[in-house]
Amino acid sequence: MFRATLKSLLARKVRLILSGMAVVLGVMFVSGAFVLTDTLGRTFDQIFAEAYEDVDVSVAAKPKLAVNEMEGEQVQAPFPAATLETVRAVPGVAEATGVVAADGALMIGSNGKVVTSFGPPQLGGNWLGESDLVQLREGREPRADDEIVINKGLATAGKVAVGDRVGVLTLGPREDFTIVGVFGYSGDRDSIGGANEVMFTTPAAQRLMLGEPDVFNNIVVTAASGVSDESLRDAVAAAVGDDYVARTGAQLSADAAAGLKEALSFFNRILLGFAAVALLVGTFLILNTFSIIVAQRTRELALLRAVGASGKQVIGSVVLEAIAIGLIASVLGLAAGIGVGALLAYLFSTVAGGMTLAGVGVPASAVIGAFGVGLVITILAALLPALRAARIPPIAAMQDVATPDRPLTKVTVAGALVTAAGATLLFLGLGGHAGGNTLATILGGVLFAFIGVALLTPLISKPVVAALGAVFSGWVPGKLGRLNSGRNPRRTAITAAALMVGIALVTGITVILDSAKSSISDLAQDTVKAELVISGVQSGPRPPSFDPSVLAEAKKIPGVRIADGQYGDMAMVGDQHLFVGAMTDPAAMRQVYSLEPTAGDIDRLAPGQTLVSSGTAQAQGLSIGSTVSVQLARGEAQTYTVTGIFEDSPLFAGVSMVLPTEAARDFTVPKPIQGFIQLDPGTPVADVQPRIEALLADSPEVSVANLDAFIEQQTGQLDSLLMMIRILLALAIVIAVLGIVNTLALSVLERTRELGLLRAIGLRRSQTMGMITVEAVVISVFGALLGVVVGAGLGAAVVEALRDEGINKLVLPWGQMGVFLGLAALIGVIAALVPAIRAARINVLGAIAHD
Amino acid sequence: MYGSGEAQVIALRGVSAEFERGRFTAIMGPSGSGKSTLMHCLAGLDTVTRGTVQVGDTTVTGLGDAGLTKLRRDKVGFIFQQFNLLPTLTAKENILLPLSIAGRKPDQAWYDIVIDTVGLRDRLGHRPAQLSGGQQQRVACARALVARPEVIFADEPTGNLDSRAGAEVLNFLRNSVREHGQTIVMVTHDPTAAAYADRVVFLADGQIVSELIEPTAETVLDTMKKLDTPAEVAG
Repeated sequence: MFRATLKSLLARKVRLILSGMAVVLGVMFVSGAFVLTDTLGRTFDQIFAEAYEDVDVSVAAKPKLAVNEMEGEQVQAPFPAATLETVRAVPGVAEATGVVAADGALMIGSNGKVVTSFGPPQLGGNWLGESDLVQLREGREPRADDEIVINKGLATAGKVAVGDRVGVLTLGPREDFTIVGVFGYSGDRDSIGGANEVMFTTPAAQRLMLGEPDVFNNIVVTAASGVSDESLRDAVAAAVGDDYVARTGAQLSADAAAGLKEALSFFNRILLGFAAVALLVGTFLILNTFSIIVAQRTRELALLRAVGASGKQVIGSVVLEAIAIGLIASVLGLAAGIGVGALLAYLFSTVAGGMTLAGVGVPASAVIGAFGVGLVITILAALLPALRAARIPPIAAMQDVATPDRPLTKVTVAGALVTAAGATLLFLGLGGHAGGNTLATILGGVLFAFIGVALLTPLISKPVVAALGAVFSGWVPGKLGRLNSGRNPRRTAITAAALMVGIALVTGITVILDSAKSSISDLAQDTVKAELVISGVQSGPRPPSFDPSVLAEAKKIPGVRIADGQYGDMAMVGDQHLFVGAMTDPAAMRQVYSLEPTAGDIDRLAPGQTLVSSGTAQAQGLSIGSTVSVQLARGEAQTYTVTGIFEDSPLFAGVSMVLPTEAARDFTVPKPIQGFIQLDPGTPVADVQPRIEALLADSPEVSVANLDAFIEQQTGQLDSLLMMIRILLALAIVIAVLGIVNTLALSVLERTRELGLLRAIGLRRSQTMGMITVEAVVISVFGALLGVVVGAGLGAAVVEALRDEGINKLVLPWGQMGVFLGLAALIGVIAALVPAIRAARINVLGAIAHD
Repeated sequence: MYGSGEAQVIALRGVSAEFERGRFTAIMGPSGSGKSTLMHCLAGLDTVTRGTVQVGDTTVTGLGDAGLTKLRRDKVGFIFQQFNLLPTLTAKENILLPLSIAGRKPDQAWYDIVIDTVGLRDRLGHRPAQLSGGQQQRVACARALVARPEVIFADEPTGNLDSRAGAEVLNFLRNSVREHGQTIVMVTHDPTAAAYADRVVFLADGQIVSELIEPTAETVLDTMKKLDTPAEVAG
């Protein structure tokens, strides 16, 4: 039995390669994700280990606010320079240096734009001299307060050189400096992990990066010989007291890497999500291939039964085949995944710059994931066809008809039940009745809906395929192709369903994002009462910001009625982490955002007072007169009295609480991130806009645009998100295309004799290819049609559920959906290529004699 | 010659034969005598290594795939042992398939004659799976006839039928020759079937060894016995 299986498997290797490919791609995605995150993780470890190599012990003030990697860089609280003397006095300290190092030193490049790092920090600090790690490549150290040295990576990115005069944005407004030196790092690196660094003299760094003179935010301690890092750390910690944290260099690098690794694991989960989609599609494909193979092997399997094989042995034979394919595909997928993971890691390090990539490693998770997923999926998919194979009666060996049409009743009932289960789960999940498992419930609902629809597909395939194929009925090869695609509803259905999954997800997400975009845009048009908006495009964790004096100047321009700037940051409010805002002109806030008070007065805000949103008030149990403690990124916790509650406005939804203008000083970015300009009625926008542009000359991160352009810019970010999702889902569609190729190739094989006959009675090669192509196009357009309909349905359900969140407009992207159908037709043509060529090349004589 | 290199098997050697227009010719011979190969070469399904094949005024030898396709479509009709109908099409659609492929309109009068002769008028809407073997083969005959090809090649047309259904099909083939002047070349190993033909050509070891005009089952059987050579196995 074992030998018979292997022989049969080898005889069918070509047709198995395609189904194996689906598993290979899915496994590649899974193992690639693990390899990528593992490699990058170890790279970060290495980077930080090197960066902190010279540090034996580091002392910092306890951070005011814990910020995770997804929210931005941690602000390290400044402490008095006197602490340095305390540390120096600790026995065992050989040397202690006061360090200023904070994110947020933005240099303006030679093109007048801020040089961004797209993620890694833009550090500003005091020049500590050369060391094992840091070496000046050109020039000298900064001696005057208007001199800086920058790292080579920044010099290259900004196209500036020693001697240039450049602007730098820090906590304060733009100031100009002369570059007197350019430095690099050991190992000929131009940056550490892509970070940009601007080094000032110590006084300048204290003023610009920490906001006050005579403070540091870090002390680097070198141990005297014979003193261990750990004991020194404990000694220093005891000396500086509870307000400080002392860590060894090793701890420091581990902590720094841990933050990035958290972000990486988030990224990993996203990749695994897409891998799951790819594997779902792959499952359909394998299931289909095995069903077809079992159907084609009916005689062979019946013969095995006739000569005494048991039903179990037949199941074993099919499952064994699945195990063999699963194993081979897992190995290939793992190999491909390692390659892809390594390639992506390489691309990442090249784009980020300044990274010495750690050696590519294959973590156990990648291997376990690859084999687990590859084998389990293949065996699961083969199980159903195997059970069917076991039911083949021995008499089938003697009969001519291979596959009698089985009624679709059972599968249709099952489909209806599964679809209903999916719909119920979706209803529970979207309606918020799923308890704590909303996401899992929604995903389960989507999965069930897909499987349910796939089971229902055979039933609807007949009429739909007939309708789709009607287009071709005037043309004989077209008609034959259409008839062939309607021939085996299950086969057509499952092939189409594989394509459906990818298209449905893309369509659904497009519906949700387009609806969100349109709703936000409508809402903004309705509620934002400003003709001009100052803002910039965020390209890293730090939002673009500008000098608040611009707003004061703008207010003086004739025709400007209101010029209000908005600050924002995460803060600890009570015991919750919330996004808080502040306004340069709290009195104007209500008018600009069309906010309505639910209690108290929201038109003014004195120091010590705060306005909260109705949602926050409810969640925190606040009312007029209650007090709340707020800890910002800098400074001490402050207590504010609630003097007004404003109604939650979807556009203002992110802001839970408005603090007085003065509080913004302690925000991570103590500068406004958006500005709104309202004009007197009748003042032409075109008159004012250029004058505000002129005011923004020293704030190159932002620009001024009219409201429409601003909305366009804000919602445009959703477009790039959509693009990313589409690229990742394209893989699922590629696998579905493999499925179509596979089904067609198997069908061509199965119909060899028929094709020979058609050629014998005069069908030209080109007509034969046309016939196969029509079959493919009908299947793929059918799949896309299902996908578009299911996707639009799912999308509409989500939009409906988000009605309360302000997404109140359902936008169905008809144009896009049309494009998907067109693309599906193209996919069909491409998928048909190889099978059609094979069909056209069939030897007429051989085919007629074919048994 | 057929095949090459080590596998070279000489299927036909120096065969020179003419099949007259408007006659029903049977090719007979034991298994491996080359009768099927001869027919395949005549029909342009197989190629000859030496010599020429002519159908009507078309020289088949040397035609490319497009030429052969055109020949098959316009000048040649086929009837196979395994009926070879398209399962997705109805009987009528199967009959009209060669014409549809060629983009030609059927001659309605001739179509009616063919349908009535094969006696399938009440079965036209059925698919092959709903027809008996004899009915399926009659559909295949009608398909070959309806395009009015210069010649119809029939390869063991009764091989898969019981004697009654076989007799029906053979009668029908003979009538189409007698009444409508159709040319038919049939390969068979069944003396009874050969007796329906106007002329029988006997093949053994790739060569024409004998010929009978106006044969009967008995004369055919006698000739076969005389030729009784050991059967060889050939592709």
